[in-house]
Amino acid sequence: MRRPIVTLAGLMAAALLATSCGGAGEVEDGAAADLDVSTGVTDDAITIGTHQPLTGPAAPGYAQISVGHAAVFDYVNDNGGIHGRRIDYVVEDDVYDPARTIEVTRDLVHTEEIFAMLGGLGTPTHSKVIDFLNEEGVPDLFVSSGALMWNRPQEYPLSYGFQVDYTKEAKIQGQYIAENMPDAQVGHLYQNDDVGTDSEAGLNQYVRDMVVASEAYDPGNTDLGPQVAALEEAGADVVVCSCIPAFTALLILEAQRIGYEPQLVVSSIGADTATLTGLLSEFAAEAGTEDLPAEQLLEGMIYTSYLPTVETPDDPWIQLYSDIYDEYADSESPMTNTTVYGMVQATMMAQALMAAGEDLTRQSLIDAVESQDWAGPGMVPFASTPEDHGGFGGALVSQFHAEDEPEVLQEARVTDREGGDITEAEVERPDPGEVEFYGG
Amino acid sequence: MNHFIDLTLSGLSSGAVYAALALSLVIIYQATRVVNFAQPALALISVYIAYTVSQATGNYWLGFGAALVTGLVLGAATERLLIRPVHGRSPLNAIIVTLGLLLVLQGVAGMVWSNEPHSFSYPLDYRGRFSASDWFALGSVAAAALLLFALYRFTPLGLRMRAAAFHPEAARLSGVRVGLMLTAGWAIASLIGALAGMLAAPPFIFPNVLDAVFVYAIAAAVVGGLDNPFGALVGGVLIGLCLSYVSGYAGPELTTLAALAILVLVLSVRPDGLFSRPTARKV
Amino acid sequence: MVSLRNHESTAPAPRARRGGGPGAAGRWRALPALVRFPLAALAAFTAVLALTSLTGPAEDLRIGSVGYYMLAIAGLQLLIGYSGQVSLGHGAFMFIGAYTMALLVLHQPAFPLWLNMLLTVVVSCAAGVLVGAATARLHGPYLAGATLALAVGLPALTVRFPELLGGSNGLAFSVRGAPPALAGVVTTSQWQAAAVWLTALVGLVVLATVNAGRLGRRMRALRDDESAAALAGIPVGRTKVTAFLISAGSGGLAGACQAYLLGTATPSSFTVALSLSLLAALVLGGLGSMWGAFWGAVALVYVELWGQELAHSLSLGTNVANNLPIVFFGVLLILVILIWPQGLHGMFSRLAGLVRRGR
Repeated sequence: MRRPIVTLAGLMAAALLATSCGGAGEVEDGAAADLDVSTGVTDDAITIGTHQPLTGPAAPGYAQISVGHAAVFDYVNDNGGIHGRRIDYVVEDDVYDPARTIEVTRDLVHTEEIFAMLGGLGTPTHSKVIDFLNEEGVPDLFVSSGALMWNRPQEYPLSYGFQVDYTKEAKIQGQYIAENMPDAQVGHLYQNDDVGTDSEAGLNQYVRDMVVASEAYDPGNTDLGPQVAALEEAGADVVVCSCIPAFTALLILEAQRIGYEPQLVVSSIGADTATLTGLLSEFAAEAGTEDLPAEQLLEGMIYTSYLPTVETPDDPWIQLYSDIYDEYADSESPMTNTTVYGMVQATMMAQALMAAGEDLTRQSLIDAVESQDWAGPGMVPFASTPEDHGGFGGALVSQFHAEDEPEVLQEARVTDREGGDITEAEVERPDPGEVEFYGG
Repeated sequence: MNHFIDLTLSGLSSGAVYAALALSLVIIYQATRVVNFAQPALALISVYIAYTVSQATGNYWLGFGAALVTGLVLGAATERLLIRPVHGRSPLNAIIVTLGLLLVLQGVAGMVWSNEPHSFSYPLDYRGRFSASDWFALGSVAAAALLLFALYRFTPLGLRMRAAAFHPEAARLSGVRVGLMLTAGWAIASLIGALAGMLAAPPFIFPNVLDAVFVYAIAAAVVGGLDNPFGALVGGVLIGLCLSYVSGYAGPELTTLAALAILVLVLSVRPDGLFSRPTARKV
Repeated sequence: MVSLRNHESTAPAPRARRGGGPGAAGRWRALPALVRFPLAALAAFTAVLALTSLTGPAEDLRIGSVGYYMLAIAGLQLLIGYSGQVSLGHGAFMFIGAYTMALLVLHQPAFPLWLNMLLTVVVSCAAGVLVGAATARLHGPYLAGATLALAVGLPALTVRFPELLGGSNGLAFSVRGAPPALAGVVTTSQWQAAAVWLTALVGLVVLATVNAGRLGRRMRALRDDESAAALAGIPVGRTKVTAFLISAGSGGLAGACQAYLLGTATPSSFTVALSLSLLAALVLGGLGSMWGAFWGAVALVYVELWGQELAHSLSLGTNVANNLPIVFFGVLLILVILIWPQGLHGMFSRLAGLVRRGR
């Protein structure tokens, strides 16, 4: 009994050696996966999974996304589910470490047998599993990152972007500055990865000649002193911040520290005003007058966005989300715009599942996504056609006011990520009651 | 020139923090020959306690006091409960225990206060090129160092602590309670660590907030010489200044490589740090 | 200064005590090392094959991970457990190995896997010589501090050279899977796990052979008393650097295996936390025995997973559930070191001893 196995092992080792003589990087294209399957769907449940950083250095802020997902899915389940099916939501912690992302994603696909992936977070992380998900035929909806690579329908037919990509957003920011502040001296503070390079590519199409300083920050180094000092010395009176929320807050504090008051123009990823208010809550009082709310530090900040925000409590979707958050989220922290981000993803996933009908297969979900005429919480048009997997195609420009609701400076505009024009867009925003995202 | 002065000032204030944390490492290393990897976690818990107390009372300084007390207690408890049982075995075992404690305390902090960042005040006004808070950082670290020096040099407790650290057998024979002295050493070190944490955490506090600071503090302690508290102070300021210049002139992503370069440079000339005592080494 | 004198010195010692007499064990021990180690490796490889034929793709990935972690920890074992130099920068060599592998696959796709592995070993050994030579004069915690800075500093290179190294998003690539001829017999994930284990076991055989030979004796002499070793004519500097070289080579090879298995090399996988985890896993598994590397690797891969399952099975608040796995690992680390200072290997040997005596 023992001998054959040992022989087999020896043969296997020999085979490994022999075939490893082929080029390690020479990969044949595999056949397309079969999509007419209902993996993860039973008579009464649909399993949806995601990978998120729940612990570790990247967890602060982003852990709210899965809280938003779970709350909306619980709400859907309590209101008849999806054609009578409950949504089972599985979130795995990848610590923002790609090695872990790969491990937990294989777990989700092979062990948990998820039907689809929703909002996998991060460029370094999700880019390592996008091949795998497409090979396995797992619909990969609404990636939580603004990188350009999710929108490659030829290469990744099952992956769909969600947030407006960094280049489109920066083009809209650039055009707004060029049109409305033609004499501005622009400084650019950006994260030293694709957030920075993609944003710069967009900005440069409109304000190349106005930029007086470009400063990179490293997310591992929280001392922004040198960069902010350089922006001030260059005389920048408008600072475009392509940063994550913590670094927007650090920029504001550092500018306060040296008495520098530029007009901020912040990208949607770093302009979660609810998170910023929380981060800055201890500093308003020290910024001069006593009893000053933290909002005052954000007064006048211009930002781009494509979703409704918690600062507009009268928005019917925000009203619904607040109610859902209060009832279903077991979180002590207040709802932020990052939570809303997750809630919109979950709502749109539920919309697509509803549209896919009772005979749910991966193909029918993809068909539903690609033919969906998206109307719902989003503030700008959403692209998920066979040719364009770009997600939200543009942004509106708003200004934050401490005492009042944000003022919309420029209505939704859309563009492409190349040199195309920026055009105004009509958006239909029905109330939650008119949108089918749950029901038996 | 202006830029240079800005960088120098910012380097000084972060250097003070590295110095304080390095000092706490050196005190423990002197006493028990252990590099205490749990130091940032002990400091972290102290800072979170300060956060909770400040939030509850509305008074920053009550929180500050609570942090120092927490540091003191945690340090003593760690030595008594976790380090004492592995004392005399391989120092590697003690290091691994402190590593385990680091994981546990960071996890517990996340459990209790969540992984979300909280806003956390500076001790004083943070505005200005060299703000009141920066002065406070420099001043409090200098004061802590002076007090420590006075304690070691001029008090019977300090004498006993030094005796227990350097000649435990002789100390024991002369009636010094060596175990108690080691506990005291850990407590004082951890108190200074809590001070470093209070200075390093603002503006935000979250479970991993002290990780980077700790790495630079180890670098500072090694550069200065692990046997020399004065070396830790100089090492801290040196690392703080160098990293600030590198970040300002060459790029913020290079700071970690710069720390490596400084370490390699210093250690290739002086393998036991800048201020190591020329004692015969047990080999 | 860190001394490891209190430890059980070598791997074969406890075994010799148990199985010195005649019988199967005695005959096994009488075999020369050059025969014994490859035979043991072949047996281990067989066991892995048998195991992966029962498990699914997700488990195969973990089994593969145990393989490369085992190799990395075994390299660290040689450095720390046998030659007494404490390095906190082992992750840096895994980083070098992973990026070498990634660059080779991306830029020289025609190179076969075994050549890539060999080249990775060469590159990381070269790095090991550099680091070893630069740190040869350092002792105990000074060496630890310098190598820690290496582990922290090196990944920053990726951001400095984004065109070549892919910045903070790292590099992604695909590798050739199971040969088409074997389709239906072995899956790609099984194939990859087997390839990693084969590499790791070959590495382990080399390490064990080195340790059993003259170099191993020299390293242990160095560890136990450096002055005495020098007096006995052992070239201290050269032996230390050689130990660093071999350890770096196995760390690099482990990194290459990781990159091959996961199809990626990313700076955020090679944080200080990795280097510290490797050291923790080494001591947890047991210093001074190659078995320690195996147990350490198993703990590294599976303990947090069990923590997660525990968190899922209890209905806990989000904050508690998210942080439970890390706390679980920390508590296990502390408990094992407090109760069984010789690590898991020590624990298992003692248990085995009890069972034998009870019989």
